[in-house]
Amino acid sequence: MNDLQGAFVQAVGLVATADPAVAGIVLLSLRVSLAAVAVAALVGLPLGALLAVARFPGRRAVIVALNALMGLPPVVAGLLIYVLLSRSGPLGSLGLLFTPTAMVIAQALLIAPILAALSRQVLEAMWEEYAEQLRSFGAGPWRAVPTLLWDGRFALLTVLLAGFGRASAEVGAVMIVGGNIEGFTRLMTTAIALETSKGDLPLALALGLVLMAIVLGVNALAQGLRDAAQRSLG
Amino acid sequence: MRAPDAILPLRAEGLGFTANGVAILQDVTLALEAGPPTLVIGPNGAGKSVLLRLLHGLLPPSAGRVTWEGPARHPGRHQAMVFQRPVLLRRSVLANCRYPLALAGLPAAEQARRAAEALALVGLAALADRPARRLSGGEQQRLALARAAALRPEVLFLDEPCASLDPTATAAVEAIIATLAGRGCKIVMTTHDLAQARRLAGDIVFLHRGRLQAQASAARFFDHPPSAEAAAFLRGALLW
Repeated sequence: MNDLQGAFVQAVGLVATADPAVAGIVLLSLRVSLAAVAVAALVGLPLGALLAVARFPGRRAVIVALNALMGLPPVVAGLLIYVLLSRSGPLGSLGLLFTPTAMVIAQALLIAPILAALSRQVLEAMWEEYAEQLRSFGAGPWRAVPTLLWDGRFALLTVLLAGFGRASAEVGAVMIVGGNIEGFTRLMTTAIALETSKGDLPLALALGLVLMAIVLGVNALAQGLRDAAQRSLG
Repeated sequence: MRAPDAILPLRAEGLGFTANGVAILQDVTLALEAGPPTLVIGPNGAGKSVLLRLLHGLLPPSAGRVTWEGPARHPGRHQAMVFQRPVLLRRSVLANCRYPLALAGLPAAEQARRAAEALALVGLAALADRPARRLSGGEQQRLALARAAALRPEVLFLDEPCASLDPTATAAVEAIIATLAGRGCKIVMTTHDLAQARRLAGDIVFLHRGRLQAQASAARFFDHPPSAEAAAFLRGALLW
């Protein structure tokens, strides 16, 4: 028990003094997850908007598939990217395996379906309200997409935050494609897994504290955005 | 002698609309000319809103056709519609007013000029920077009217624009409608409020059970109801 208490005190100390090892891991984690959100958003948001407004055969099947992919296990996403990027894989010549870039790709694959599915839900509800009026103005579904993305900006920001939360908390995908190389591809989640198994609880706990704070902060930000949108947009 | 961008007269021939096997509107033939407002009246479920949507092109007719007989090449650009529940964008009052003008490809200066003018017309100039969806119900409907008016449509369709408004807001909306009509904008409007129809109408289109029962000048329609159904409706005895 005293060991645990001691570990916890040390962990708080590591965070409070911004220990370089801890800070390096935290910053890399943030960089990787933010980049993954950006990449996934470029694909996911327009895809969600198109699915919200377009009507085509097989649309329901695409939505079901997308919703299913929201639950894609991180290790499977990691495995897919690993196969693609490994030496003998189709993209092996790029030499990306076990680099931060590979981790960004894996996390983007993981959260793009989440962004697409959630933004589809948000924007489809908006489109149902807007469709008739926009058509009266002479704007068809395609012209409506930028309108919906702009008018849904606050809701979409919370969607992005959900994607960021998922990316920063997952361990399986980055472990497989990043390799957990110290100082290069070691993120908060993979470091926690490793240090815990090694018995270095203070470092694992310190990173756990930071991770919890980030998740808490992201959720507070999402709530604040919802409130701000309610105040300013009605 | 018609302006080269006129779209009226409007002719509907044998217009029908069927949804899920139920005939909402059948065999409606009518013509609308430039002039004072046309009020579409009739009991609930008579097909008033569907008729407006067919004429405006929001719904494809199941039968018959709608023809704009004026010389304008793009009739859709010279008409606008305001709905019972105003659909306002999640933007400022001014941005709402400018949105359709930007869609129409007007230069920015012209957008700003027309939007300011339209907001002044409906008395919302002072609220230009407010979020549109935080306005009161009456203000929202006035904004919807301003947004449509800024397009300077030749024909403006209004679907029960006062249905959910209190008497004060209704009076304000009616005053705006009268102003627009006075400027030569053809108003085509549904209402369930007979007193309102009497106040605004130049002529009346009376629908009952999805069929056109009568089209007549307001004076004739109210003084000499052209059919037993019309007389019953005016007495308040025809409810659906």
